[in-house]
Amino acid sequence: MNSSRLPAAEFEVEEVVRATHPVDPDRPEPGVTALQVLAPDGTMARGLSARIAGEQVDFSPYLAVDDADHLRSLYRDMFLIRRFDQESTALQRQGQLALWVPLTGQEAAQIGSGRALAPQDYAFPTYREHGVALTRGVELSEILRLFRGVTNGGWDPRERNFHLYTLVLAAQSLHAVGYAMGLQRDQLADPSLPPGASVAYFGDGASSEGDVHESMVFAASFNAPVVFFCQNNQWAISVPSSVQAKVPLAQRAEGYGFPGVRVDGNDVVAVEAVTRWALEHARSGRGPVLIEAYTYRMSAHTTADDPTKYRLSQDEQEWQPRDPLARLETYLRSAGLADDAFFDGLGAEAATMATDLRRAVLAMTSPDLADRFAAVYAEPHPLIQEELRFFQQYEAGFADEGKHA
Amino acid sequence: MATMTIARAINEGLRASLENDPKTLLMGEDIGELGGVYRVTDGLKKDFGALRVVDSPLAESGIIGTAIGLALRGYRPICEIQFDGFVFPGFNQITTQLAKLRTRSDGMLSAPVVIRIPYGGGIGSVEHHSESPEALFAHTAGLRIITPSNAQDAYWMIQQAVTCEDPVIVFEPKRRYWLKGEVDTSAPAGDPFAAHVLRSGTDATIVAYGPLVPVALAAAAAAEEDGRSVEVIDLRSISPIDFDTVTESVTRTGRLIVAHEAPTFGGIGGEIAARISERAFLSLEAPVIRVGGFHMPYPVARVEEQYLPDIDRILEALDRAFAY
Ligand SMILES: Cc1ncc(C[n+]2csc(CCOP(=O)(O)OP(=O)(O)O)c2C)c(N)n1
Repeated sequence: MNSSRLPAAEFEVEEVVRATHPVDPDRPEPGVTALQVLAPDGTMARGLSARIAGEQVDFSPYLAVDDADHLRSLYRDMFLIRRFDQESTALQRQGQLALWVPLTGQEAAQIGSGRALAPQDYAFPTYREHGVALTRGVELSEILRLFRGVTNGGWDPRERNFHLYTLVLAAQSLHAVGYAMGLQRDQLADPSLPPGASVAYFGDGASSEGDVHESMVFAASFNAPVVFFCQNNQWAISVPSSVQAKVPLAQRAEGYGFPGVRVDGNDVVAVEAVTRWALEHARSGRGPVLIEAYTYRMSAHTTADDPTKYRLSQDEQEWQPRDPLARLETYLRSAGLADDAFFDGLGAEAATMATDLRRAVLAMTSPDLADRFAAVYAEPHPLIQEELRFFQQYEAGFADEGKHA
Repeated sequence: MATMTIARAINEGLRASLENDPKTLLMGEDIGELGGVYRVTDGLKKDFGALRVVDSPLAESGIIGTAIGLALRGYRPICEIQFDGFVFPGFNQITTQLAKLRTRSDGMLSAPVVIRIPYGGGIGSVEHHSESPEALFAHTAGLRIITPSNAQDAYWMIQQAVTCEDPVIVFEPKRRYWLKGEVDTSAPAGDPFAAHVLRSGTDATIVAYGPLVPVALAAAAAAEEDGRSVEVIDLRSISPIDFDTVTESVTRTGRLIVAHEAPTFGGIGGEIAARISERAFLSLEAPVIRVGGFHMPYPVARVEEQYLPDIDRILEALDRAFAY
């Protein structure tokens, strides 16, 4: 095969460059604006409205701009989850975790959307949604049980209405739609139930998987109360989002027949408002919504990744000023809503959290393989019983050896 | 007692399931107005409505994946896959999600989803319409797989699959859909995962399941004319396999033939041969012999008669077993 015979001229040089380094924080994609109220310089707009799927939507009722306590609590959540991320990265480096999946840069997308959920809503995460987990009341150490290798789960999903992490990309998007179909039926059977919705989290890379496509088809066909929440962090490991989609991801919704909206994923206030609107849209029987939170993965994909091999440090520098925490801090300080004492207090709280977390991780013990046999089937299964008997006898043989040796 | 075809028996079983539990629902392609391409769900949408009998979009991963979500919300979905060869777009959801939900949640969550798959050849169809992929699923822990071979089992086993807390795949022998049999709709059903001895014998045992059960019975009848007393076991459950019943039989007869339509290599027959060799080695008069499909994609309809195990292929295997 002679590769020099490929029609190289068909590719514009500019296009190739763009495909490798598509990130331009000020102009994400031509013609598409990301909804924003809290600007990178820390100034806050008082209202937000936009045309979505041909309809003028006023997000102002969903904006928390005048609630100081709420804004401070959003900041607190983002601050704690970033500290959690740092501590988990350290724990991985020290060999205490098999792998870590950092979220730094995506705090606003996760805390904003997670805080918009009502108790009866149910979230289906991928594997990076630690911030959403925090908002659902999951113990942060429970998340690390998966990465410590002591379980594939870690928490009771029904207690938190936060499903287990899913490592097969996009698989959970269908579960979210099925769950929403269940919510829909429950509501019909008992109209006194508070209406609920489910949320499917996935990344820009996962958006190429068939399951995301099929989940959108099902959601639209059955008008399921589901919100698709895509965190477009620009990268699927080393592959830029331009390889996954030629149109802005939010625009795909139109083809399925429901609204899609792009929000500045680094603006926690806008993310929360847009998600609140979308959830209400879904719960009230008006069907699914796709939200694309336009953000940037500041950290590596995972602790096993090396971003220097594929992306420019210049990109990272360009995104630095858009930091979701910094802009809210600037706003809180300039509006006189938080002072040094507040931020120092948070620092101390986070340090204690990190210490507790470390202690909890080191105390996690390995499960007994014998117990794993019990979790394969709900009902008795002869093969499991036979293999468990064999395993226990085999293990017991070693115990005897030890005794007599 | 009523006489009905296997297809009718499954239809009646589904109807009973829908009546017994308002949380059950059917999902699949063309299962509503049309009643499924084999008409197994005929009339159910009319009687239970579009929320209980769901004509789904044309997407197998979508059917299984949304069924998992419905199960998480407390529903009991029964999915129909239109044909065996089209289950593969849903394979990921079945093997990586459905089968593992219980283990991944440390036993906290169950996935009582039922997947019905018409399977097997002998209907003279085009490619991907006649496959037997049961071994691909049996290899995955967390799934249960059953396959009825008669109307009585068809009526009860589907209902038992629905009430089982584990995911169950029901492989329905499509070329036997029109096979008639007696159904006792009042008799309480036995264990759906237990094998049944359909004919007793003393000289050899044939284990078969699904579409090959009538073939095995006919072969045993033919062997009797040669003076051979052959026991026939309908396996009924492919995962788990009732090895106790098979072992007990082989311990008495000393010879075992396993017959299925799927290719023998890496198949269920090999699993049975290995287990029985371990469990009943000293009782065996001959090696366990497998009768099954060849290592090729299911052949074109014009030659499928040569591919499918028939009475003669089983008799030839018996001859070999008796020659030791
Ligand atoms: C079905 C599947 N294919 C491949 C992988 C390996 N993989 C893990 S993460 C990843 C990139 C995901 O990118 P994206 O969906 O954008 O999410 P992000 O990690 O950026 O949050 C890949 C290819 C996987 N987990 N699942």
